[in-house]
Amino acid sequence: MEHIISVLVENKFGVLARVAGLFSARGYNIESLSVAPTLDPTTSMITIVTVGDDRIIEQIMKQLNKVVEVLKVVDLTETNFLDRETALIKVHTKPEHRDEAIRIADIFRAKIVDSSPTTYTIEITGDVDKVEALINLLRPLGIKELIRTGRIAISREATRTDSPRREPALLKT
Amino acid sequence: MKKTGAEIFVESLRHEGVKTVFGLPGGVVLKIFDVLCQQKDIELVLTRHEQGAAHMAEGYAKATGRPGVVLVTSGPGMTNIVTGLADAYMDSVPLVAFTGQVSTDLIGNDAFQEADNVGISRPCTKHNVLVKDVNELAQTIKEAFYIATSGRPGPVLVDIPKDVSIAKAEFKYPEKVNLRGYNPTIGGNKHQIKQAAEEIMKAKKPMIYVGGGAIFSDAADEVRELAEITQIPVTMTLMGLGSFPGTHPLSLGMLGMHGGYWTNMAMHYSDLLIAVGARFDDRVTGKLSEFCPEARVIHIDIDPTSIKKTFHAHIPIVGDVKAVLRQMNVMLRSMDGNPAEMKALRSPWLKQVEEWKKLHPLTYKQGDKITKPQFVIEKLFDLTKHEAIVATDVGQHQMFAAQYFKGNRPRTWLTSGGLGTMGFGFPAAIGAQKAFPEKLVVCITSEGSFQMNLQELVVAAEHKLPVKIVLLNNGCHGMVRQWQDLFYEGRYSASLLGNMPDFVKLADAYSILGLRARKPSEVESVLRQGLKHKGPVLMDILTDPYENCYPMIPAGGAQHQMMLEDPPEIRLAKKGGAHKKKVDEGEGVLPA
Repeated sequence: MEHIISVLVENKFGVLARVAGLFSARGYNIESLSVAPTLDPTTSMITIVTVGDDRIIEQIMKQLNKVVEVLKVVDLTETNFLDRETALIKVHTKPEHRDEAIRIADIFRAKIVDSSPTTYTIEITGDVDKVEALINLLRPLGIKELIRTGRIAISREATRTDSPRREPALLKT
Repeated sequence: MKKTGAEIFVESLRHEGVKTVFGLPGGVVLKIFDVLCQQKDIELVLTRHEQGAAHMAEGYAKATGRPGVVLVTSGPGMTNIVTGLADAYMDSVPLVAFTGQVSTDLIGNDAFQEADNVGISRPCTKHNVLVKDVNELAQTIKEAFYIATSGRPGPVLVDIPKDVSIAKAEFKYPEKVNLRGYNPTIGGNKHQIKQAAEEIMKAKKPMIYVGGGAIFSDAADEVRELAEITQIPVTMTLMGLGSFPGTHPLSLGMLGMHGGYWTNMAMHYSDLLIAVGARFDDRVTGKLSEFCPEARVIHIDIDPTSIKKTFHAHIPIVGDVKAVLRQMNVMLRSMDGNPAEMKALRSPWLKQVEEWKKLHPLTYKQGDKITKPQFVIEKLFDLTKHEAIVATDVGQHQMFAAQYFKGNRPRTWLTSGGLGTMGFGFPAAIGAQKAFPEKLVVCITSEGSFQMNLQELVVAAEHKLPVKIVLLNNGCHGMVRQWQDLFYEGRYSASLLGNMPDFVKLADAYSILGLRARKPSEVESVLRQGLKHKGPVLMDILTDPYENCYPMIPAGGAQHQMMLEDPPEIRLAKKGGAHKKKVDEGEGVLPA
C-alpha cells in the first residue's frame, strides 16, 4: 500500500543523504520525494511517498525516527490529509489542436504558462488523480516533455499529527 | 584565550575523561598529533594499521563500557577503519572515531588523501559529522560522545579538516548537548511491563533469551535476579555471553546455529520467550517461520527498530534493559512471595530441559595423536579458573570458545558477533589489556584470523601488554572448510591455507615468547607455561584440521532440527577419503 510520510528534519547538509540511505540500504523504493525548508528555517520537511506492507512501513518509520537529525515522523496515510503536486506539461500543438489544448486545460483549471508556435506548456496543481487525468487527456495530442514536483502533503485540522515524535508507534499496539 | 582546533580537540577529550586513544598519524592530522605529544593525560597507542586501532578501541570499549577513541588521518586512514566502524555498528559498541580531512577549501577537489569520510561511513555509523567551523568543534565532540554512549550505543565519526585543527576559537567545553531530535526512551511503559510480569507468572515453559543489550546496559544483576526469582532458564546470544553466569544451574549457554541441543530444543518448545536486549538475528532464529512456534514473546529493547524487525512481539517494551528489568523484578516480587510454589510450577520444564541436556551434551573425542580444539578451550577454561577476559576472532574457534568457555561475568567476552570480522580478536585483546593491565586477557584465535592483524604484535611488545594468544592452528579456514564438507561435497575451494608461517619464530621476531604444542600431551604444559609468563605470549597449538563444530543448525534450517555430528559420508571421507588424501598430498594442512 502507498504511504505518504512527512519527515521533519534539521536543515543541515547530509541529512537528506542519510534519510535516502535508509531506504536504499534496505531495498525500499522512494516513489516521490520533496524537500523544502519550513516556517522555521532551521528545519526542513521531507515528504516521501513509498510503497510497502505494514511491517516495512513500521520499520521505515522507526528507522527514520532513529536518525539523530530527524525531529518528527508522521505517516499521513493514517490520518486525514491533503496532498498536492504540480506538473508542467509541454504539449505539441499542431494548428488544429491548439484550441483543444486550451479547452482541456480550462476544464482542469490548468494554466498555459508558455507558448510557442508549435507547443503549449501547461501548469497544473492538484492531487494525483487530477494530474494523471490531465496527462491522459493531453497524451493523444503528443506530450513533448513532462515534469512533476513529487507530492507534498499536509494534515487536515484536528488530527493526531502533532503527537511527539519519540512516542514510538509500537506502544499503541 | 583562544585555542587552536587541535588544542580544543585534546581539551575536549580530557573533559570526556579519555585516557587512551588508538591511532596512526598522517598529513592532515599532524597538528592534532603535535598537541597530543606535548601533554601527558591522554596516551596515544600507535598501531601499525588503522584497522588495528579501530578494533583495539572496540576491545577497550567492550571491556570497560566506556567509549573507545580512534584517531586517524584522511583518505586511506579513514577507509582502513571502515571495517571497525561497521563491526561496532553491528555490535552496538560505543566508539568515537576522529578522522582527518583535507582543508575545507580543498574538499571535493580530489585532493591528496581525500575521501568522502562522512559519505563512506554514513551507513556504518550511528551518527557522523563533518566539522566545518572550529567554533563548533567542542560542541560536536560533546555530542559525539553523548550519542555514542547513550541509547543503543554505536560508533560516531567526527571528521576534522586540517584548517579547522589549525584555526583558533574561544574554548569552553559545553555542559550539555543540544540535540532536539535525539532522546532515547529509558523507562519502559509501565502497563506493558505489568502485562509482561503477569505472563511470566503463569507461563509453564518460559525461556529468558539475553543479548548484548544486557551487557551494555549493565543489567547482569537484574537478569540474574529475574531468572532466580522466577526459576526460568537463561540462554544467551553470542553477544550476550557473560550477562548471566555460564556455570549457573539455570544457564543453558549459547543458542542458535551452534548453540546446545538442549538450548535450541528448549527455545523451540517454550511457551513464553522473554527477549532481553537481543534482536532475533538469523544466526539465532534459523528458519523464522519455524522459530519458537508456541511462544508468546516479550521483547525488551532500547532500540524500537529491533522490535518486530524480523520476529513478532506480543508485548513490546521499549526501554533500557536495566531500568525495565528493575521495574519488572519489583512487580514480580510483589506478585509472588512464595519461591517454593514458583519452583513447583517450573520444575517439570526444568526437568525436561535437563533431560535434553543429558540426551545430547556437547561432546568430542580426544585421542592421543591430534589435539581437538574443544580440548584446548576446556583446558584453558580450567587453568584460568574461569576468570579471564577472552577475546576471540571469528570462525570455528570462536564457536568452540562460546560453547566451552563458560564465562561468568559481563564484559569478559569480546567477540565480533554481527559482522563476523576475522582479525578482530587480537587487537581487541590489546585494547582490553590496555584498559586492564593487571587482568588476565586471553585471545583465542586461529591461524586464519590471526594473520589478518598480526602486525599489532609489535604494539603488545612495545606497551608490554601481556596478552596470551592461544592460536588454534588447524591450517585451514575451519568454518569455511566445514561448510564445504557439508554443502559443497568437500571441494575445499580456497579454504586450506597452504604455506604457513612459523608462528613461534614470528613471535620471536617481535620479541614475544612463542610456544608450540604439537600433541595433545603437550597442550596443558604449554598453556600453563604461557599463562604463567609475565609478558605477551603466542601459543601455537596444532589442532585437528577435520574437526567440525556441532550442534549445527544448517543455514535456513529450523531451530530444532540440528545436526549433531558429521553425516556418514563425511565420516567416511575423513577416514582416508578424497578430502584427506588431497590434504595429505601437499595442499598440506599441518606444518611439519
